[in-house]
Amino acid sequence: MSDVALIKSLLLTIPLAFLVFRALPAGLALAARLPLALALGWTVALGVTLLVPTGVMSYLASFAIVGSIYAVIALGLNVQWGYTGLFNIGIAAFFAVGAFTSALFTTTAPTGVAAGFTQQAFGLGAPFLVGVLAAGVVAGVLAAVVGGPTLRLRDDYLAIATIGIAELVRLVFQNERWLANGPQPLRGIPQPLVCLVREAGCPWLPAPIMGLFAPLSPRDYTYVYLVITALFVIVTFMVLERAVRSPWGRLLRAVREEEDAAAMNGKDVARIKLQAFVVGAVIMGMGGALYAHYMVAIDYSHFDPLYATFLIWVMLMLGGSGNNRGAILGAFVIWGVWTGAAFAVDALRPALAAISPELPARGPYLRLLLIALLLIFILLFRPKGLIGEERFVSRHSGSREA
Amino acid sequence: MALLTIEGLTTGYGEMEVLRDVSLRVEEGEIVSIIGPNGAGKSTAMKAAFGLLEPWQGSIRLGERTISGLSADKIVRLGMCYVPQTDNVFPSLTVEENLEMGAFILTGPIKERKERVFALFPRLAERRKQRAGKMSGGERQMVAMGRALMLDPKLLLLDEPSAGLAPLLVDMIFERIRDINASGVSVLMVEQNAKKSLELAHHAFVLVNGENRIDGAGQALLADPEVGRLFLGG
Amino acid sequence: MDAMTPPLTTRRRPGERLKGLLGSRWALLTVLALVVAGLWLMASLQGIPGQRVLSLMVRGVMLGGILALGAIGLSLIFGVLRIPNFAHGDMMTSGAYLALLALSFIPLGAPLGPFSFGYEFLVALVIAMPLVGLLGYALDRLVFRRLRNQKSPPVIMAMAALGSAFLIRSLIYVFWGADFVFYYTGRPRPAFELFAGIRVRPDQLFILGLALAMIILVYLLLERTKMGKAMRATADNPELARVTGIDTESVIRWTWLIGGGLAGAGGVMYGLDAQLRPEMGWWLLLPLFAAVILGTIGNAYGALVGALVIGIVWQVSTAFLNPAYGPGVAFMVLILVLLFRPQGIFGKPGGA
Repeated sequence: MSDVALIKSLLLTIPLAFLVFRALPAGLALAARLPLALALGWTVALGVTLLVPTGVMSYLASFAIVGSIYAVIALGLNVQWGYTGLFNIGIAAFFAVGAFTSALFTTTAPTGVAAGFTQQAFGLGAPFLVGVLAAGVVAGVLAAVVGGPTLRLRDDYLAIATIGIAELVRLVFQNERWLANGPQPLRGIPQPLVCLVREAGCPWLPAPIMGLFAPLSPRDYTYVYLVITALFVIVTFMVLERAVRSPWGRLLRAVREEEDAAAMNGKDVARIKLQAFVVGAVIMGMGGALYAHYMVAIDYSHFDPLYATFLIWVMLMLGGSGNNRGAILGAFVIWGVWTGAAFAVDALRPALAAISPELPARGPYLRLLLIALLLIFILLFRPKGLIGEERFVSRHSGSREA
Repeated sequence: MALLTIEGLTTGYGEMEVLRDVSLRVEEGEIVSIIGPNGAGKSTAMKAAFGLLEPWQGSIRLGERTISGLSADKIVRLGMCYVPQTDNVFPSLTVEENLEMGAFILTGPIKERKERVFALFPRLAERRKQRAGKMSGGERQMVAMGRALMLDPKLLLLDEPSAGLAPLLVDMIFERIRDINASGVSVLMVEQNAKKSLELAHHAFVLVNGENRIDGAGQALLADPEVGRLFLGG
Repeated sequence: MDAMTPPLTTRRRPGERLKGLLGSRWALLTVLALVVAGLWLMASLQGIPGQRVLSLMVRGVMLGGILALGAIGLSLIFGVLRIPNFAHGDMMTSGAYLALLALSFIPLGAPLGPFSFGYEFLVALVIAMPLVGLLGYALDRLVFRRLRNQKSPPVIMAMAALGSAFLIRSLIYVFWGADFVFYYTGRPRPAFELFAGIRVRPDQLFILGLALAMIILVYLLLERTKMGKAMRATADNPELARVTGIDTESVIRWTWLIGGGLAGAGGVMYGLDAQLRPEMGWWLLLPLFAAVILGTIGNAYGALVGALVIGIVWQVSTAFLNPAYGPGVAFMVLILVLLFRPQGIFGKPGGA
């Protein structure tokens, strides 16, 4: 077995072990569950790394990265819609603001000749985690500004206002050159921990540990970033699972179901809605940051309502709103359908060309057709999604039924 | 043969049971009043009678026909019309247009019917081009009742016709209800104003906590000590 | 259930009275007038001649006419079905493209007078309008009626509308591609002086005239026909309409047909004035909703007033703002309305 395969499989163990851990029966003692999960996770990781061809493997890894980023954003949407019933169709706004914020915080502003080509309001050269945090904060502030006047009004006003903020954000990043290089992409967004795969290595890491990563070459960075995004999904998931089982989570559902209306006055309801809206937006903003550091170069067109809002809605609705596992599952399934459909359309090229010579070039839009139909079918025939909502029977024991 | 018969009705909203085993009857030509304290389920009983709530148990018959589960426009065709308690006019329509909407299911000319309503409520005739949203509470109640009368119903359901009206207007509305009844229309109404409605009613049902408590002739209930204790401050 | 209705007049504290004053119809109209005046002031401060601002106002009225065609249908659908129809913008787009399709089957005629189009364009318009109406009706039959029968919550229907929007747009992408197109390429579209230095293109006057004619037709329909009155009644209060015995299903059917037809006409006209792009309707969605909420949901005439206001503010703002921000300006007006008078110009207090 090569060193590369070993280190790759170790990296992959982190997300896989978590999946296995979740899949094992909860009755098992932690002392048995954790080692078992690690062992099984590593076995699977090793098997996959050795058996699947390297090219396919790195494609799968980058697929999983984007899937994880979407999963984080779908988890954010689940706080807003799934638990609280807030109809946000301007996800793109928080996604984009998070991405650009982190980009501006972590890049360094160009000087000299380069400044003529790339303009940006500032560039702090801050570390990755600072960028992600700033992305969450700015997205949260934006949510507070939008939610403040609209959340106390009828539900559909929020939806309309969120369309508005998404359009406005897109227009700003498209037209304001000084802010983040206008319609041109903002480039050079740093990749966190990229030094692990570089020849020079990470100076702050002890040599023996650095030596462990020596077999990796820069093109293996995907695996490193996959671990980072997977950790984000895991942490977000665990925090949210705690939150929705807390009294706060119960308040969110009460607001959604409009129950206990007598016990809560309008001010409380509006405050709880605002909290949920901001928390969801913070998560979306962090998802945006993850996206920016993966893409390295971003511009306004990445945050089209189709990719950055609609697709995420379909993910949550398919997985099952009000269920965090559903949000993650939906994100991966829909991202799989979306990318898989690209292959299908490619394979159909000759057939499409036979219908009309222009059709093959428009193949990508057939995917949009498919996803839009899928959403309508879900709404009509399976509004609960694949797994449906978790029911919480007792608020004291925290136990749950399927 | 009673006009409207409700037997053993149990129903509610969502999971919450509001009425339990309630029975009511309206005979031809009668004014029947449902009274009871707040939250007794009076309006719910009326909504169920009009098919706005599915009965969980029990039956609702208009004449011989079971009407549970029929849609509102079918029930209207059978000769039962309903005036909700609040938001009972179309605010952006004129008085005259409100009346026309009452006769939506008719295809022929309706001028004569409109004139009949205007004769009953001359105030509406004066303001026929006025938007209903700009009218006072009493006038709105007249518009709402007039609209329900456009179909010449056999039975008129009134949900708290006097709610929120000044005392003078309350007397006027009860006077009109008497006129409507005199013209051959049976009336089933829910009222907060127990004393006035008992004076008017041929028969009355008292609901408490979603169940039948007492029923009898209006005048008899006025004299009933329990009713007096419950509603009349006696 | 048995709660007493609140008395019609309530005594109010001074603070509430001030808030009431701020939220009154006239206050809102004053604010809007101030917005327009402010725009004018900003334009003149930047040395933009008054004539240009006036020209922009005239263009704004025309744009308002186009928006009104979409907004009237959107407002009626909003009122009658209680759902924000997020597919309305894309229905407008579909009208523009269906007219383009129709044009490809009709022999090209000479331009009519000063206009850039010939008779065939009018034929295409007349074909496209009912097709978009049928599209709306089909959406209702296949999607929204099923959801109504399943007693789905309104927000699920709103989501279905969003799905329909992307469905329509994906079909447009597949059939026509993503590039922008013109109805007539290469035809000169000169502007001429109307009066007092106001410059417009003949096409724009045609659009304004046609929009006005259609608005008058809608007015007659809503005021004079039984179905029109029933539509207004249902938009006022769908629950009451049902208990009154109005056949709300047929009202809904006609609302989609008429709202769709108007949206189709609006899309064709927008395409004539600018160009056709698959995203054009989505970009119009925000100004449309701003117009509808400004003019009170469910009120067709309010939608007309709202559309004119939005059109003028949008156009005049281009004198000193990047024209790309037009929808953003509409959004600002929307936020102002939501802050001060969420029930719109013609709504009753607390009606939002």
